[in-house]
Amino acid sequence: MNAIVETGTAGFLARYHAAKGRLPGDSTLRAAAAEAFRTLGLPGAARGRRAEAWKYTTLRPLEDLSFRSAATADVSIPETGVRLVFAGGLFQPALSSAVAGFASFADQPDFGELCWTDRDPMAALNTMLAEDGAVLDIAAGRDAGLIHLVHIGIDGSSAHPRHLIRLAPNARLTLIETSEGDGRYLHNPVLEIHVADGAVLTHVRIQTDGLSAFHMATIYAAVAAGGTYDSFTLNAGARIARTEIHAALNGPGATAHLNGAQLLSGQQHADFTSVVRHAAPKGTSRQTVKNVLAARSHGVFQGRIEVARGAQGTDGYQMNRALLLSPDAEIDTKPELEIFADDVKCSHGATVGELDAEQLFYLRARGIPEAEARSILVRAFLEEALEPVTDDTARELLETQIARWWKGLAA
Amino acid sequence: MSMLEISGLTASIGDKPILKGIDLVVPPGEIHAIMGPNGSGKSTLGYVLSGREDYTVTGGSVTFGGQDMLAMEPEARAAAGLFLAFQAPVELPGVNNANFLRTALNAIRRAHGESELDAVQFLKLARAEMKRLSMDPEMLKRNVNVGFSGGEKKRNEVLQMALLKPRFAVLDETDSGLDIDALRIVAEGVNALRGPEFSALVVTHHQRLLDHLVPNRVHVLAAGRIIRSGGPELARELEKNGYGAILAEAA
Repeated sequence: MNAIVETGTAGFLARYHAAKGRLPGDSTLRAAAAEAFRTLGLPGAARGRRAEAWKYTTLRPLEDLSFRSAATADVSIPETGVRLVFAGGLFQPALSSAVAGFASFADQPDFGELCWTDRDPMAALNTMLAEDGAVLDIAAGRDAGLIHLVHIGIDGSSAHPRHLIRLAPNARLTLIETSEGDGRYLHNPVLEIHVADGAVLTHVRIQTDGLSAFHMATIYAAVAAGGTYDSFTLNAGARIARTEIHAALNGPGATAHLNGAQLLSGQQHADFTSVVRHAAPKGTSRQTVKNVLAARSHGVFQGRIEVARGAQGTDGYQMNRALLLSPDAEIDTKPELEIFADDVKCSHGATVGELDAEQLFYLRARGIPEAEARSILVRAFLEEALEPVTDDTARELLETQIARWWKGLAA
Repeated sequence: MSMLEISGLTASIGDKPILKGIDLVVPPGEIHAIMGPNGSGKSTLGYVLSGREDYTVTGGSVTFGGQDMLAMEPEARAAAGLFLAFQAPVELPGVNNANFLRTALNAIRRAHGESELDAVQFLKLARAEMKRLSMDPEMLKRNVNVGFSGGEKKRNEVLQMALLKPRFAVLDETDSGLDIDALRIVAEGVNALRGPEFSALVVTHHQRLLDHLVPNRVHVLAAGRIIRSGGPELARELEKNGYGAILAEAA
């Protein structure tokens, strides 16, 4: 006997219906998310009008695929510092460090309060199927140092980890989040982040998933008075990747940095979508996103800055640049400003270009071989976005991945 | 023997011929000056020698130490000992000057089968050269040529030359825009490399630099051809009388 394997939206819904009695946490919320996901569907999968938020990215390829739950995962990774390891979306206690203020979502499910399941289909999918995740609380005034949040994708599975990170007033944390794996899988995390008064979260995300994988991350960050959410995202892996960040500056003097780099080749597609909402006075937001696009790859940047009535003294900056290394590479950029306050400084811009022939000649005329000269100029192009990453460990990991990407390109 | 021999060299940009048959031999140990009115092809000659791609060589040959330069990539020409000091050095935002200089030096050393210098060895060497050129060591920490004054850019070129120790240097109006002190320093940078195995082609508009460098030969380039060659006295004659008489004579 031979069951029909349902794929795509239907496949995910079937999995939910089969598993819902066993899934942790608020079952009413899950049911509502399932309903929202059924209505919204995978973006681009159904015919008809595509939602504006998904203008340049379609998940049509997912509609023909089915993914199981990883259930159990057998992985080993080299020892690094303090870390929380997830494989196939499931917490791996044997590979993880003891971390104060940490609980697994499976043990202490908490969906948080910022997620818009009714608007964001991938967040709805996550809410519907989340089995595990990291629930991490950093106590007031505590400097928690560096924690490495590792995710390893498992071939044939889809992972929907639900992470909740809360920094109490004046707490500090550097969170390095890496996502990698081999084979065809979907990594669909939701991160909810709360940065309380005066707290500082440095969040460095390094996505190097396998080239048959799909990576769909949705991040909600709420920043209170004088708090800082300082993030950098590297998208270098996956067949289709999307990073969607919603940052709300809710208290006076809050700061958000949403920097990033997308390094793509082959037929890769990566979408960096951000919404920064200035809801209180004197907030600062900074975004520099660089795209280096080789072969037939496709980069997307959508950035929106919203300034609410009353958010006077807002200082917002957004810059998206693309370096096209091939005539077949493509970039789509959609910057948006929506301003309802009058005392505001907001600027945005976008550029698209190729490697500069004069710069390349200058380097070669000094004896630097062409391939090395090109890599120097690509690295220089990224510098503006990388410069704000000051943590040494994060910086070193990023440099390693950038060098690895470039080496893979030359091979 | 690192002799530079240019023979019947013609080159164009797009359809426009710029060099219309250059014959020039610069023996080792000699410094030759190239002078001439604007648009005569002086800078083009430097670019063609160093292998810039937007110029098309349409005829003739260039050999250096017996090697066919025109068949070589720009980096291979540099490794063979050719150096072009740019008239307008390119800015490289995001590229640290020290890293750039060390990468260039190590690329040349690698090509020569020599061991690469680590950061400490390099900094020691670079600081010593900068001291000789009266350069602020802080310039190592900045991005290559970004925010440099005209004089600083030219000195940075001379620093590169001092570090890379070429056997043949083309200085393309390295003296333009420099004050008297900077001019002297640039000249000293070139004179420090002088020896039986070093030669140079100095493109200039002014006698002043040649007072410090004292060329073995002076050539006048006009409309893509060398129309007159002579000793150092030719430069002084041009300084006094301008190009008019020579151009009229050639025409």
